Amino acid sequence: MAARIEVRGLTKTYGDLTAVDELTFTVESGEFFGLLGPNGAGKTTALEMIEGLRKPDAGTVRIDGIDPWRRDPALLHRIGVQLQASAFFERLTAREQLATFAALYDAPASRVDELLAEVGLEDKADDRVEKLSGGQAQRLSIACALVHDPEIVFLDEPTSALDPQARRNLWDFLRCLNDSGRTVVLTTHYMEEAETLCDRVAIVDHGRLLELDSPAALVRGLDAPTRISLAPEAIDPDAARVIPGVEEVTVHAEQLTVTTRRPAEVLAELARRDALHGLSASGASLEDVFLHLTGREYRS
Amino acid sequence: MKPLVSLSRAMFLGFFRDRMTLFWAVLFPLMFLVLFGGIFSDQTAAKIEIAQVGPVAAIDRMPAPAREAFDESVDVDQVADLDAAVERVAEGEIAAAVVEHDGRVVVHFSKADQVAAGRVYAIFQGVVDSANLALSGVEPQFVLDAQPVEDESLKTIQYVTPSLLGWAIAMSATFGAATNLVTWRRTGLLRRLRLAPIGTPSVVLARVGVSLLVAFGQAAIFIGLASAAFGLQLSGWWPLVVPLVLAGTLAFLSIGMLAGSVCKTEEGAVGLANFVVLPMAFLSGSFFPLDGAPGWLQFISRLLPLRHLNEGMLDVMVRDQGPGAVWVPLLILLAFAAVCAAVAAKLFRWDR
Repeated sequence: MAARIEVRGLTKTYGDLTAVDELTFTVESGEFFGLLGPNGAGKTTALEMIEGLRKPDAGTVRIDGIDPWRRDPALLHRIGVQLQASAFFERLTAREQLATFAALYDAPASRVDELLAEVGLEDKADDRVEKLSGGQAQRLSIACALVHDPEIVFLDEPTSALDPQARRNLWDFLRCLNDSGRTVVLTTHYMEEAETLCDRVAIVDHGRLLELDSPAALVRGLDAPTRISLAPEAIDPDAARVIPGVEEVTVHAEQLTVTTRRPAEVLAELARRDALHGLSASGASLEDVFLHLTGREYRS
Repeated sequence: MKPLVSLSRAMFLGFFRDRMTLFWAVLFPLMFLVLFGGIFSDQTAAKIEIAQVGPVAAIDRMPAPAREAFDESVDVDQVADLDAAVERVAEGEIAAAVVEHDGRVVVHFSKADQVAAGRVYAIFQGVVDSANLALSGVEPQFVLDAQPVEDESLKTIQYVTPSLLGWAIAMSATFGAATNLVTWRRTGLLRRLRLAPIGTPSVVLARVGVSLLVAFGQAAIFIGLASAAFGLQLSGWWPLVVPLVLAGTLAFLSIGMLAGSVCKTEEGAVGLANFVVLPMAFLSGSFFPLDGAPGWLQFISRLLPLRHLNEGMLDVMVRDQGPGAVWVPLLILLAFAAVCAAVAAKLFRWDR
């Protein structure tokens, strides 16, 4: 696989604030790439420099070897963008909106209705954009990014205004995009989203790249313990503490939690003692990696 | 071509579906046309009312034809009390009170209303003169024949249609471009378009096309309505409004672009456009002729593009002036458009 997007030493400062600080990574062709970070981490600024909307103060971006800042029409035809704030032609209907964007890219309008159905807006096709809810506007905005069938798609927090159902539907839709060979770059602060969708995730904070790997590798790298939860009557806490491999046992009102880095052995022992009532086990998630890397203090 | 057409279409629909903009750009100027053309058109001045106290020979013994003419402009009320009549003059209820003392015709009038005072003075001067003439028994040697130069006079509608049309075009072109630019920038649509494979010229050309469409629509409605309903008489050269409307639209579109480049909000852009266009309309004779204005005002007026648009339209629509009257306004308007567009391009921002 060839590198489609090359980011090297990308930097942007606003006065004293370094919004993006020496970001370097590459995105391979066909990859689903995530920029993950808390609010204000510099994800959007970085993405907008990659798209060619902002001029970097230092560093370079190359998409297929072309500098996006130069607005090369050949490149613009190949990329589709959904910006964080939905931007529409005022007082047009959803269908007119999509048809206009298709025409701007000189693309056939045949995909318009199909695309409306794919993002679940077929009922809203003749409604003006001002009447759409936040989630509907966001889905229309994504459809506008795809209407010319781009090879590379940039999505800036595509699911931030969606309810859980719409979010999961959109995930399926985005996965299909990627399955058809497109390269997708998205920013998000939803761990679950990054974990479900992305081949690789760049964790960014204060404009700096903290980690870059597949979600699974990031979780493994954390060496975080597994938490096994049981019904309180399943086993005596003191008995549990002496099982080899158990690091910690805590008891809350309705739940007893055993923490271990050797879950297989501990579970086998619990099973031998027939102490698996109310069992649930959870390993570390990307969220643990994220919190480990970025800390727990509140962000803007 | 396809991107340009669809961009223009989206722009036009955005304009056309916006009731407020449509009202201000099209209906509002049209209201003025109806107001000036329909209501003030037959300005046969209202009769002036006077009170006559006791017999006044100069009026009472006027020959029949003179009396007829007199009655057309004056309403005479016979009253008994001079003091009460003078009181009513002071209060502005009637224009004058007249009484005769031994051959002296005394006219009490108020200087508060200069126009009425002038008419009262002129009428009674005439009444006294003709009474004296009649007494002398001499046959009149001179007859007054008043002939307005504009033939049938430049009726109100003749003046008002071209000048109000100039103002209407200035309004819609300026406001359309300014609000369009600011809205698209504020909602982020301009940034989004920056990432579409279309050039800045396409965006500008689309705006020019939509503004021209609107301006020619306005011209058609104005001229059609004024001709059909208010008796506008077009001169043979009227098709020359086409290049004038074109150049005028470009000039005011550029002013709008400039306002849109400077302002961050729609409110600011509308305010700035109003601040520029409304005083300009007054100073350019859009609402009333500037013939009586002082020299310095005339001078300022000549610096404004709308003055030249108005003059050009008056010349070709109602003054029967040919192509010779068009090229100076055209050059001035196009120069204005070029300068404003250049500055606007310099100040243009895609982003907030």
